[in-house]
Amino acid sequence: MSDVKIVGFVCRLCALISSDLGPPADVDIKIETVELPCAGKVDGRLLLEAFERGADAVFVAGCPEHECMNVKGSSRARKRLEHIKEILDQVGVGGERLIMYNVSGTHGPRFAHIARDMAGLLEKLGPSPLKARKA
Amino acid sequence: MIVAEIKPIEEIAESIKGAKKVLVAGCGGCVTVCLSGGQKETDILASALRMKMQVDGQPVQIETATYERQCDPEYVARFKEHLKDVDVVVSMACGVGVQFMAENYPNIIFVPGQNTKFAGAATEHGIWEERCMLCGECVLAKTGGVCPIIRCSKSLLNGPCGGSQGGKCEISKDTPCGWQLIYDRLKGQNRLELMTEILPAKDWSKNRDGGPRKIVREDVRL
Repeated sequence: MSDVKIVGFVCRLCALISSDLGPPADVDIKIETVELPCAGKVDGRLLLEAFERGADAVFVAGCPEHECMNVKGSSRARKRLEHIKEILDQVGVGGERLIMYNVSGTHGPRFAHIARDMAGLLEKLGPSPLKARKA
Repeated sequence: MIVAEIKPIEEIAESIKGAKKVLVAGCGGCVTVCLSGGQKETDILASALRMKMQVDGQPVQIETATYERQCDPEYVARFKEHLKDVDVVVSMACGVGVQFMAENYPNIIFVPGQNTKFAGAATEHGIWEERCMLCGECVLAKTGGVCPIIRCSKSLLNGPCGGSQGGKCEISKDTPCGWQLIYDRLKGQNRLELMTEILPAKDWSKNRDGGPRKIVREDVRL
């Protein structure tokens, strides 16, 4: 699993704090995090670019929707993800490779849960179809 | 503004099949405002197409360029530097932009990236509604600023018809009756007497029935 690439767009007001701990020792994956001032800042272009640059899966981690410090940032991010998931389905990469998580800044173990979840997802889905084509 | 909607990626991918180099050309005008063909959507479509063609085993070089409009010569000229070795251009402008670009670069294949829908307004963020049919002979002064041609499903000039029920049109309970809107507006302005004025049949030769239209302003011609 160590050759898989996971990119996480992480809100610095919540998930980034819990991401400091990194993936748990029993999960052999690397997660490249991109800090966002708010999950609502995430842009469809960034998400697609991450896949084009070799990510097998991408996630966005924002505050729980009712706790978002910018009120609607997390819910806007979720809606944008839904749109990009549709595009990923249309192009054959698969929208299930893009996931939204809601993380409280005070909940450190939540990031470990995300890492395990992503590892499980990639075990099930395998590498990105873009990589399969390149190989 | 002119409102457009991006075509399914499958359809666009089909139209660039076999091309080695593709330019996705964005438009910074109306379609940027309706969030369908500006720089951001152009970049997203280009990325999506690159991935789709690669997954389908037909990788293709796809670049992007976006200028203010594709319906004015000075902006169309700016695309020239991006067209070297390009086989197909996916234009993200409205149908006007696609045609005008194609006229200006006759040796290049242009395909539309969007379906051009209507002249409309953004009633809420993310919602666009048709407001004008470009009929060429505006009657809004007589109808309280509500257009009977486009807001009435039957384009009646002296409505409402018998299908108006509770302020809604018979075509859908979600569609307000255009003539109810006119009545409400005029009543609110104490101008209901305008409802009794019979609007004569329109001169439809000013609409599309008279062929492609043209406006010439001699005072601004160079």
